[in-house]
Amino acid sequence: MSAIANSIFSPETAARFDHLVTIYPVRRSALVPMLLYAQDDIGYVSDAVVAEIAQRLDLLELDVRSVLSYYSMLRTKPAGKYNVQVCTNISCMLVGGYDLLDHCKAKLGIGHKGVTADGLFSLEEVECIGACCWAPAIQVNYDFHENMTNIKMDAILEDYAAGRGKDVK
Amino acid sequence: MPVLVSHPDEVRILSRRFGQGAAEIDKYVELDGYKAVQNAIANGPEWVITEMKASGLRGRGGAGFPTGLKWSFVPKVSEKPKYVLVNGDESEPGTCKDHVIFLHDPHAVIEGTMIAGLAIGAKMGFIYLRGEYRYLLKIVEKAVADAYAKGYLGKNIFGHEGVDFDIVTQTGAGAYEVGEESALMESLEGKRGVPRIKPPFPAIVGLYGGPTVINNAETIASAPPILLMGGEAYAKVGSERNGGTRLFGISGHVNKPGVYELPMGYSLRKAIYEVAGGIKGGRALKAVVPGGSSCPVLLPDEIDVGLDFDQMGKAGTMLGSGGIVVLDETVSIVEFAMRTMKFYQHESCGWCIPCREGTDWLLKTLTRFYDGGGNKKDINNIQYLAENMMGRTFCPLGDAAAMPTLGFIKKFRHEFEEYLEGKRTEKQFITVQDLVGAGH
Repeated sequence: MSAIANSIFSPETAARFDHLVTIYPVRRSALVPMLLYAQDDIGYVSDAVVAEIAQRLDLLELDVRSVLSYYSMLRTKPAGKYNVQVCTNISCMLVGGYDLLDHCKAKLGIGHKGVTADGLFSLEEVECIGACCWAPAIQVNYDFHENMTNIKMDAILEDYAAGRGKDVK
Repeated sequence: MPVLVSHPDEVRILSRRFGQGAAEIDKYVELDGYKAVQNAIANGPEWVITEMKASGLRGRGGAGFPTGLKWSFVPKVSEKPKYVLVNGDESEPGTCKDHVIFLHDPHAVIEGTMIAGLAIGAKMGFIYLRGEYRYLLKIVEKAVADAYAKGYLGKNIFGHEGVDFDIVTQTGAGAYEVGEESALMESLEGKRGVPRIKPPFPAIVGLYGGPTVINNAETIASAPPILLMGGEAYAKVGSERNGGTRLFGISGHVNKPGVYELPMGYSLRKAIYEVAGGIKGGRALKAVVPGGSSCPVLLPDEIDVGLDFDQMGKAGTMLGSGGIVVLDETVSIVEFAMRTMKFYQHESCGWCIPCREGTDWLLKTLTRFYDGGGNKKDINNIQYLAENMMGRTFCPLGDAAAMPTLGFIKKFRHEFEEYLEGKRTEKQFITVQDLVGAGH
């Protein structure tokens, strides 16, 4: 039973939040992780998510929105089921990051921050993801794929489309 | 999964457990894990700080501040609780060393956090990982849970009455700026990651207003081996005033990119040509960004320099985060400078005007220049803008954007001028397949 009646989150996420607010010296410290975990659960940070998190942390919705707009991983619109993030920062750029991004754009028929018509994939050009020595690197949701090639990219997209892709949240 | 690499010149102090399954607590203990923290409990905080000072360990996040000294700044008596905050918000382009530490040796970070806590009299530590490192966060979370289950964390750790230590793990949600220590504290307090003015420094007024030690994950993970081998022995491995080893991530146009543990002071030329196997395809070296994207570029005739904080400073650049990015002759510096600025413009938090406006105008100018709409005045303008950002912001992000830009203009001014005349770096079409090899 969640601390909040009629929580919009799954029972697991609600239970996690009940616990999360108790572990810090200050309750508000749970805000950034809560926003990200809420997004993992709901798909994006909706108005309802903002409202419930504000209630859970005893903050104004304005406070929550101010923090929400700062962090680049948080989004206020749905992305694809599988968010393909292609790094084009320096180490990846030097070994074909842009080539890979162009390949994804053509393959998926969408641009930066676009979502495919079936809602399966979205595409994002991202800044350094900390996989420079295994460049070019991408993330699909939270899973890293390193030493990428266009051929490897095709296989990965096929795996996700067929529901065989790794997706750990 | 990131590929592990090795080279005979490596000195494996920090990476000795990599690839051996030490993310499992029993394996970690078998490989001398959690011995250093018990020594620290037995010998007391003064001993820990003396050993850390003797080790010559300097902050691995990039600033190179002596770690033992930093710990000694924390007041012994404080009305507010003290904290240890581990910075695992690794986001400097070219840097992926903490990635491998969290993956292969998460308990070293936990043990180091405990040692720092014992040294300063804190009972709580936070390990903050960037939001993109979710799979690593899960590894660290499991390691923390295992340590609690064994009684290494929590109340009366290792059976010592009254010795308590708790660790909380935290995820970020995408922000380079949060890697700056004061912005990191803001983020952990549930706020926008904007920097605080200093002084007061975190050692006096930090997290939740309490005295706080903030160290990079690699710095923290270096503490257990230092206590085990002794500060002096660790110092001897490195160069003068630069103790020990560090993890260097070598990326870009090299044959064997990877994270290598080399002694401080190791030759940059050897790191590129021997350790990382030289330039791909036998092409010529054009430039090296030696310690993450914030560091001014080095030319091929400037790489006979030792990889430590002082020697790199003398060479007019920085050791930074240890992320060595190697550029071959096919790279257009105009394009590279533009891409570097695109990053800083995206990541500037907007708090300080010189950084917010400076990065924006630099990106606009560099983009127009790259797209063919540049003129001769732009080159001086870029330099002028960058020079005026230097030292005029709360945190070092403004400097981090300006310094590499000034380096590109200073060392490659001819290339910017030739670019205006229509001369372009011979861009050979290289596919991803060419670079990473067939069979992928």
